[in-house]
Amino acid sequence: MNVAVEMDAVRHGELLDISEAGPAPKRIIAGFGFWIFLLSDIVMFSALFASYAVLAKASAGGLTGAQLFDQRNVAMETALLLLSSYSCGMMSLAINSQRYLATFLGAVVTFLLGAAFLKLELREFQGMIALGATPERSAFLSAFFTLVGSHGLHVTVGLAWLVLMMVQLSLRGFQDAVVRRLHCFSLFWHALDIIWVLIFTVVYLMGVLP
Amino acid sequence: MTLLGKLDWSAVPLDQPIIMGTVGGMVVAIVSVLSWVTLKGYVPYLWREWITSVDHKRIGVMYIILALVMLLRGFADGIMMRTQQAVAAGGAQGFLPPEHFDQIFSAHGTIMIFFVAMPLVIGLMNFAVPLQLGVRDVAFPTMNSISFWLTASGVLLTNVSLAIGEFAKTGWFAYPPLSELQFSPGVGVDYYLWSLQISGIGTLLSGVNFVTTILKMRAPGMSYMRMPVFCWTALASNLLIVAAFPVLTALFAMLLLDRYLGFHFFTVDAGGNAMMYVNLFWVWGHPEVYILVLPAFGIFSEVTATFSGKSLFGYRSMILATMTICVLSYTVWLHHFFTMGASASVNAFFGITSMIIGVPTGVKVFNWLFTMYGGRVRFTVPVLWTIGFMVSFVFGGLTGVLLALPAVDWQVHNSVFLVAHFHHVIIPGVLFGCMAGYNYWFPKAFGFKLDERWGKAAFWCWFIGFHLAFMPLYVTGLMGMPRRLQHYDVLSWQPWLLVAESGALVILLGIIFQIVQLVVSVRHREELRDATGDPWNGRTLEWATASPPPAWNFAVLPHVDGLDAFWTKKQRVLANQEPAARPRAYQSIEVPKNSPVGFVTAFFAVVGGFALIWHIWWMAGFGVLGAAVTLLAFMFRTKDEVEIPADKVGLFDRAHSVEVSL
Repeated sequence: MNVAVEMDAVRHGELLDISEAGPAPKRIIAGFGFWIFLLSDIVMFSALFASYAVLAKASAGGLTGAQLFDQRNVAMETALLLLSSYSCGMMSLAINSQRYLATFLGAVVTFLLGAAFLKLELREFQGMIALGATPERSAFLSAFFTLVGSHGLHVTVGLAWLVLMMVQLSLRGFQDAVVRRLHCFSLFWHALDIIWVLIFTVVYLMGVLP
Repeated sequence: MTLLGKLDWSAVPLDQPIIMGTVGGMVVAIVSVLSWVTLKGYVPYLWREWITSVDHKRIGVMYIILALVMLLRGFADGIMMRTQQAVAAGGAQGFLPPEHFDQIFSAHGTIMIFFVAMPLVIGLMNFAVPLQLGVRDVAFPTMNSISFWLTASGVLLTNVSLAIGEFAKTGWFAYPPLSELQFSPGVGVDYYLWSLQISGIGTLLSGVNFVTTILKMRAPGMSYMRMPVFCWTALASNLLIVAAFPVLTALFAMLLLDRYLGFHFFTVDAGGNAMMYVNLFWVWGHPEVYILVLPAFGIFSEVTATFSGKSLFGYRSMILATMTICVLSYTVWLHHFFTMGASASVNAFFGITSMIIGVPTGVKVFNWLFTMYGGRVRFTVPVLWTIGFMVSFVFGGLTGVLLALPAVDWQVHNSVFLVAHFHHVIIPGVLFGCMAGYNYWFPKAFGFKLDERWGKAAFWCWFIGFHLAFMPLYVTGLMGMPRRLQHYDVLSWQPWLLVAESGALVILLGIIFQIVQLVVSVRHREELRDATGDPWNGRTLEWATASPPPAWNFAVLPHVDGLDAFWTKKQRVLANQEPAARPRAYQSIEVPKNSPVGFVTAFFAVVGGFALIWHIWWMAGFGVLGAAVTLLAFMFRTKDEVEIPADKVGLFDRAHSVEVSL
């Protein structure tokens, strides 16, 4: 953006009054806009959480959460996802100091941990479906598969995005636009952790309460 | 034939003369416009300057054109309903069979909210907000174009439903279980859901775009307390979009899962909960009311201040009221269904919050009145719309306070009393506001004013017609008339409904006058030309540049040192305290490059949406893949800005010599 480029010359925060600075630099605008988008995504999840909370006991005579959820599997999923956030953080540090090898390494580790998380989640889904606990069986299961599946879908999109970013990075190097997108990716990836922690609590922990 | 899913020739309602006539008229209109454009050789121009444009002003204008065209469609639905109810009394069945009448009232509501009010409001925000902020574009210009074209995709799909298949027969909010596959097996609800999902994504992206623009991109010196009120109301409205539309997306996704994959969110069996849909719908739906009306309040504020020649009375209280409404709008949703059967204390809570939310609105009305008091009011067309709004809206608000009493609401729930109430707030609130904005900013967009006489005639027809059309519905509502009746047996309602019909006809005259106003103004544009860029003696930054503004808006970004910066500057120049112009140093300006990505994505969205509606799975895959590849290609573009050299900027600026140095 024209204005932003112009304002980049004035170092942000050097001025007494921030509103005197005029339009923010593009880097800040992109990150801020993506934050707002993530907030909207979290609002979407909150609607899914609300519907899950309403329907959690509506198992319509079918299997309930307490019968279906395997705490060990969920603990492993959680560990994998949180570790992938750690490696994503390491990748961000590597990007800041523009080190290719460390960035790619961080991305590969993040990808593998994310993919392993997905693998476990899909195995859980398959196991439930094999027991006849399909989303068509009851309102509880509809809400469960939609809520947890939406998170899984976000993880899948995140993995595809990460691959794409590595392609861009190898083609273009640490250009401004590439760095901005990598920054947005890491925001996205960490936001998925927040959602998962809530899923872990609301679905898997509260789901097995007596 | 499985290749085309559920689609075959029986989808085209060849036996319905009204529908086929309308479809025929629409096809003739589209074909003749397209062939005229092609024969005249306008296609490259349109492609270059409009379709692929990422300029916020162009996108704003396109939003408004889209909305005005859809206003005609939505109004046609409205007047058909009024005519049907005027004649279908006693044994008479009128001219609309029930299944057609049901589609009309569903389409009327859907179109008026999503495809008239929303694009009008978003279009005006697009046009005016970056100019008022003194910047050169929105935060994400290409995304802005994608937003617009996705909205247009939703519009197209809704209109396709007229010719191929059917529209929803469920009312504009598509409550389950009626909207579930069991009771609505046709494609009508699917048209509704996919149109609104696609356009909803566009709206959400708009919201993200404007929140970022307003919070992160303002002219140097424009602190929050120096922003024009319209920018504040736009901020509030877009915050609500960001926080409300995802709920609608999630909700429609759930209903789609129910209908397509046999899930049980809202079904009557297997533990589904239909009231959850109603709750979530209005968790979006009530903030939506304020998404629409807050920007209109902003327009009224700008218009009142400008044409009273005074700064707005109570600027800070106006902002406080706006942000209070923004927050409180999330605490009242249950008043849309007091009859759900919640406990008395729940209903009392929502009844009280609904009354409280009227207080900040009242503050605003007094602020406008006090702005006009002691001012030298010029009774231009925007001012007429504003005064018309204030007079009517207070009544509409009062009937709202009546409905906020659960005990009263139980009596008139789902009656035409309610229909009268919400038209009484939405038409004066939103539509009058947008009409004021349309007349107010038109000279900025095109460089000439709209004709005053036809504008005033149109206003009076709308104002009188509106009251004639909706006041009688309060009466029949209290007499017990439910909404959405295709015919009725109570003959004592008919005289009132005939009055309502006459009101609809007067509104029709108002719409015709508005079209005449536009045609007359375009023909007499040389007499109506405004060369100063400031036809109304304005106060905010959009009037400090040329009309129409260049692609870069301001050759030199203005520096703001107070509220109404442009007005203050003019006063200082008049008092000879300051020279009119300073020597200006021009720099080259980078403007965002045009991009077809919005148009192409929308094309694939229409293909994909249509395919999903008709269960044509291969084509749905093609649509999704096409949209993904388009966005991918966009992500790999190398150049997204073009540089406008300093001498070109200087040439334009000197030639127009209207841009004011701030």
